[in-house]
Amino acid sequence: MPLNRDFVGRKAPRAEPFEVTRGDIRRFATAIGDANPACHDVAAAQALGHRDLVAPPTFLITLAMAGRTDFLADPELGLQYEFVVHGQQKFELRRPVCAGDVLDSEARIEDIRDARDNELMQIISEISCDGEPVATATNTLVSRGTAAPREV
Amino acid sequence: MPSYDEVEVGTTLPTQEFTLQRADLVRYCGASGDFNVIHWNERLAKSVGLPDVIAHGMLTMATAGRVVTDWLGDPGAVLEFAVRFSRPVVVPDDDRGATLTVTAAVEDKLDDKRVVIGLHATVDGGRVLSGAKMVVRLP
Repeated sequence: MPLNRDFVGRKAPRAEPFEVTRGDIRRFATAIGDANPACHDVAAAQALGHRDLVAPPTFLITLAMAGRTDFLADPELGLQYEFVVHGQQKFELRRPVCAGDVLDSEARIEDIRDARDNELMQIISEISCDGEPVATATNTLVSRGTAAPREV
Repeated sequence: MPSYDEVEVGTTLPTQEFTLQRADLVRYCGASGDFNVIHWNERLAKSVGLPDVIAHGMLTMATAGRVVTDWLGDPGAVLEFAVRFSRPVVVPDDDRGATLTVTAAVEDKLDDKRVVIGLHATVDGGRVLSGAKMVVRLP
């Protein structure tokens, strides 16, 4: 079943701010095998000029997962998660994400289109802290095999 | 950290090999909140036409990025990181898992001490990321 194209332009409902803890950063860094001291040891991060532990560059994906679950689970959209793989991902970071940040995210479905038998859905998330922009995350999901059959 | 003046277009970063096993995928599920069944359940992964359990694209991306952040020393120096996932990383349920080989080189020098680094990530000789690049700021 194709995705509901009426969802293009739809914004995720405002979620509670995401508090980045030292534990979140350490756990994420450990899961990606990243032993960089700036992700684990506050003194090491501060020696590099950071306020607190620094998140690895892809850490903000956890924010996307936390904030969009209900939004993309809307049965009206028709997204079946087991058919989804990741197509593209981009992070533009205006400053490093550090422990102690309280982040807001505004996500919207920018585009849904066919790519042969698949559909591509692009989601753009603007992430901010105290009203100051922190990052933009652009996420393209592939919904495998769900494109409407084409007439031949 | 390497300085802007000492790197040139073509400067290579140390190549690294990483092993991804089922336990790594489960750990990443927990840390990222992405519990899609295709990353931990072989039966369901196969039922939707995949060859086996596959790694999270984001785990592949994050692992590849370590080649650059290990070189930088400071993960906070990354300004941009973009990839396309060109083929899935299949992670069999054995003692070896998948081996990800990541090479990286300076592709361009920009103003404001920014440098573009291109990354190549392969498994068994096949590219799993395409168009992968990072923009970083050097001292």
